[in-house]
Amino acid sequence: MSGTSAAAPPRNRLARAARDPAALSLAVTVSLFIAMALSGGFAYQGFFAPQVFLNLLIDNAFLLVVATGMTFVILTGGIDLSVGAVVAFTTVLLASLVEHHGWHPLGAMALALMAGTVFGASMGLMIQRYRLPPFVVTLAGMFLARGAATLVSVDSIGMNNGFQMALAGLRIPVGSASLSVGAVTALVVVVSAIVLARSTQFGRTVYAIGGNEQSAVLMGLPVASTIVRVYALSGFCAALAGVLYTVYMLSGYSLHATGLELDAIAAVVIGGTLLSGGSGHVVGTLFGVLVLGLIQTLIAFDGTLSSWWTRIVIGVLLLLFCLLQRLLVRRR
Amino acid sequence: MRRLFAHPLAWPLAALALLLLANGLFNPGFLALQVRDGHLYGNLIDIANRAAPLALVSMGMTLVIAVRGLDISVGAVLAIAATVAAWTITHLEAGGSAHGLLPLFAAIGAALGIAALCGLWNGLLVARAGMQPIVATLILMVAGRGLAQLISDGQILTIYYAPYAFIGRGFLLGLPFALFVVAFVFVALKLLLDRTALGLFVRAIGDNPAAARLAGVRAGAIMPALYLFCGLSAGMAGLLVSSNVASADANNAGQLLELDAILAVSLGGTALTGGRFSLAGTLIGALIIQTLSTTIYSTGLPPQVNLVAKALLVVVVLLLQAPRFRQQMLSLLRPRPRSPA
Repeated sequence: MSGTSAAAPPRNRLARAARDPAALSLAVTVSLFIAMALSGGFAYQGFFAPQVFLNLLIDNAFLLVVATGMTFVILTGGIDLSVGAVVAFTTVLLASLVEHHGWHPLGAMALALMAGTVFGASMGLMIQRYRLPPFVVTLAGMFLARGAATLVSVDSIGMNNGFQMALAGLRIPVGSASLSVGAVTALVVVVSAIVLARSTQFGRTVYAIGGNEQSAVLMGLPVASTIVRVYALSGFCAALAGVLYTVYMLSGYSLHATGLELDAIAAVVIGGTLLSGGSGHVVGTLFGVLVLGLIQTLIAFDGTLSSWWTRIVIGVLLLLFCLLQRLLVRRR
Repeated sequence: MRRLFAHPLAWPLAALALLLLANGLFNPGFLALQVRDGHLYGNLIDIANRAAPLALVSMGMTLVIAVRGLDISVGAVLAIAATVAAWTITHLEAGGSAHGLLPLFAAIGAALGIAALCGLWNGLLVARAGMQPIVATLILMVAGRGLAQLISDGQILTIYYAPYAFIGRGFLLGLPFALFVVAFVFVALKLLLDRTALGLFVRAIGDNPAAARLAGVRAGAIMPALYLFCGLSAGMAGLLVSSNVASADANNAGQLLELDAILAVSLGGTALTGGRFSLAGTLIGALIIQTLSTTIYSTGLPPQVNLVAKALLVVVVLLLQAPRFRQQMLSLLRPRPRSPA
């Protein structure tokens, strides 16, 4: 992505894009999304309504936010398995503070976001300072957050706070259709993440660490603090997703969002980010989430397929995209 | 004394003994064993029996981790194996061909066969397609429960066939049969690893894959075999679990098992970075985890404390394994040499 391409003929630029595994993988994901949408439109009546597509964003807003945070972690070559548990903890914390302790939702949300960020940062510290495998540290974090959630409340807490209900019911019109507050928040997160990844020192350091951590250190980049900040960012995104989830479900429950970390990782991989780090785009993750959402929508529209087909199809897609990545990396 | 504590099994054993001792102090009946109907009963037997599925899976996981791998699909494979076993039995019974022990052996064969296939699939993705282990096994972890639900049609399958209950609830020579399964697998593995060159190859691949390849170790054949065994051990655990509760739940059987297994392996002193492994340590690790759960249940604390306790345990064990943390702690303990003023 250097500035020299300005004078080069466009054909050259295209050739370069074709050699960039992330760009090629992104192209595959976008084509897959379009192909799935088209086939859905031909097969089922009423599929092409704008609201069907906006619902993808509404129903997967929290996944989109989590997956965006996860993208940064994976770009550094790490992984964060605690996100689903942090989402669950946030929903329980919010619901408990608002319903049982009389907090204003906004205050509770601010506290939850801080808690998620601090939690992520402390995991990042352990990973960075003591060279512990990210997989195991965030696994422990997952146990801890789920356990903490059940300690706050074992039972599901329903929410009927006026402010929260109003937030859940609010719809922002987009043409003839409408978006929820959660979906708009998720889109804002994605746009900020794109800016963060492309045009800040933090973003470039993230890519450099994923490419080669030692070289990044030798280049004088702030590797240590960036790794901690990446996990803090993922923790923040998970807490924000928890806030959105609470608004979406109007309840707090320690068993909410089980397995969400797998969906988030799947979305990132299908979006074309290499799991070994250093290569990928936040936009890809957006399309990864949309593809996952579309699978569910297609299965719902079909009506005869059982829900477990979702998992199987996601597994197959994951396999295909991993094999594709291997091919692309090998060719390079 | 110093040499005693230098032994790799000393710390895990000390932890287990401490846990049991604490239990015995606070609850005098805890360590008691009694013979009832010719069977040995007591908390200790109960802990060992309940730890059996985890012990089996953890042994498979140990070998995979020893070659710098990881298998996070074990929970899903357990669910698949349990479902296949239950499905085989219900279909043979419905077909009227339930003569004697035929359904039992058919179920065991089918479940273990499928589980081994799952393991082989993981192994081929890692060793031949060159995927990262966590990614390769993630695929089966995501799709596996879907496949299990496909087989069971989304239902919890109940097993009414009596002989099947022996695997998970039967007694042999006064002891639970599950313990014999674990012991058999442990001894067989031990013989295979110590009496043949396999143990050496596994350590070589884990220590330095490149050097092992140059030395002519065929990692391309050994690694799939280890993953296959890991799948097989998850399948055996699936038989134990489904037989014990006389049903197979595709959605919840073996939930979070992969985490417990990794915890047991690291508690036992196996390095998560590969090369150094201890099967006996893993068994002790599995026992520690089960003792911890039993302790929490018997003290009347809410069972949810279990998750938090396990998480803190992992963190402590990990930090103790980290060289930099040990240095920091040692320098805190030792008085610093006074700098010249």
